[in-house]
Amino acid sequence: MTRFTVNGTEHTADPVGPESLLTTLRDRLGLYGSKNACEQGECGSCSVILDGELVCSCLVMTADTDGSTIVTVEGLADGDTLHRVQQVMVDGSGVQCGFCTPGIVVAAAHLFDSRPDPSEEDIREALAGNICRCTGYGAIVRALEALSGDGQ
Amino acid sequence: MIATWQRASRSRPSNLTAVKTRQPTSLDDALTALAEDPEATLLAGGTDLMVSVNYHALRPSSVIGIRRVPELQEWDGQFIGAGVTYSRMERGPIAALAQAARTVGSPQIRNAGTLGGNLGTASPAGDALPVLAALDAEIVLRSATGERVIPWDEFIVGPKQNTRRPDEIILGTRLPYQIPPGQGFAKIGTRSAMVIAVVSCCVFRDEDGRTTIALGSVGPTPVRPRRAEAMISAERAPSQSALAELQRLVSEEVSPITDHRSTAAYRRHASGVIARRLVERILGR
Repeated sequence: MTRFTVNGTEHTADPVGPESLLTTLRDRLGLYGSKNACEQGECGSCSVILDGELVCSCLVMTADTDGSTIVTVEGLADGDTLHRVQQVMVDGSGVQCGFCTPGIVVAAAHLFDSRPDPSEEDIREALAGNICRCTGYGAIVRALEALSGDGQ
Repeated sequence: MIATWQRASRSRPSNLTAVKTRQPTSLDDALTALAEDPEATLLAGGTDLMVSVNYHALRPSSVIGIRRVPELQEWDGQFIGAGVTYSRMERGPIAALAQAARTVGSPQIRNAGTLGGNLGTASPAGDALPVLAALDAEIVLRSATGERVIPWDEFIVGPKQNTRRPDEIILGTRLPYQIPPGQGFAKIGTRSAMVIAVVSCCVFRDEDGRTTIALGSVGPTPVRPRRAEAMISAERAPSQSALAELQRLVSEEVSPITDHRSTAAYRRHASGVIARRLVERILGR
């Protein structure tokens, strides 16, 4: 049994063998926001915040998260009020097919929550591990830039 | 981070038993756990291990998670703990190591992956390894029965092969001498993020001209081109022809292979070029 806190709620999970946190979130807790794509840390679509650090949940072994605090994309909004990163992604149309969006939103939320005024380069750096298969990077970065500096 | 593996079958594993897991919070507890169960798999950042698990290449039944062990997090002058992540190396005081760490994966990978993991995996492409090799680093290993300190090239002995005993934990690395201010790291790949090195190179040069060079991804273990080092170390103010000779010697001394990422010929050429460029950069040219 593994006990951890996900989006403010304590959970007890019973992972199968060395399964990844991504598998546990999706298959045991029903949190389908974190996407399963490459399972090797290349694509970033499963990004979560584990004990304050942005990581790929596919590379975290659930059995090693006992006592940890996890925030997934589902935990960013406050009720019906979107996280400001989610709001600018909507307002700026930073979405095409949407598959990479949860990972990008988590990575960007972590960026904007840890530093107030990132440059375009900072945003691109922070999202370097999030692959958009539509290649819609320009729209994503422009949408997020609304949150930094003059756009604020 | 093993980009080339074919995706494994998605069927659920038939063995549903839970993995035996321990999460020690001290080095002593970790060593005791490992002494009792030397077959256990050590898990730190998981960036290599979990790829093997996800692709059904590895199915550990017993795991010791060591990321909470404070002794592995230490970074005290010449000692760097095995649990130090690339994110910490990126912000650390050794410029070449920071540059190397900055080229690893993505923020997500750098927040999880550790120096000890780079040593444990001992990939020819391990990005921190040329830095350790160029510094003549020693590897510190600890077991319940004692400590071993061995030179990096007695620890990394082949592609993905190291001499850690099953009852040992990689404690960290000890850098044996004062780190020269003249230093640099460079890596060649298809992107600046999320890329496994085609060639990587680290150079240190002190005020007297003593120069050490190490290259990654161009041999089974990091390569120290000793003739090139000796030649350029003897040049206090290297001329253009000395730098050209350095480039030629480095290209001669590496032993690259052709694989899906590059050709042996390109790697041989690029090795000499980046070694020369790093020396030129250190010289301010």
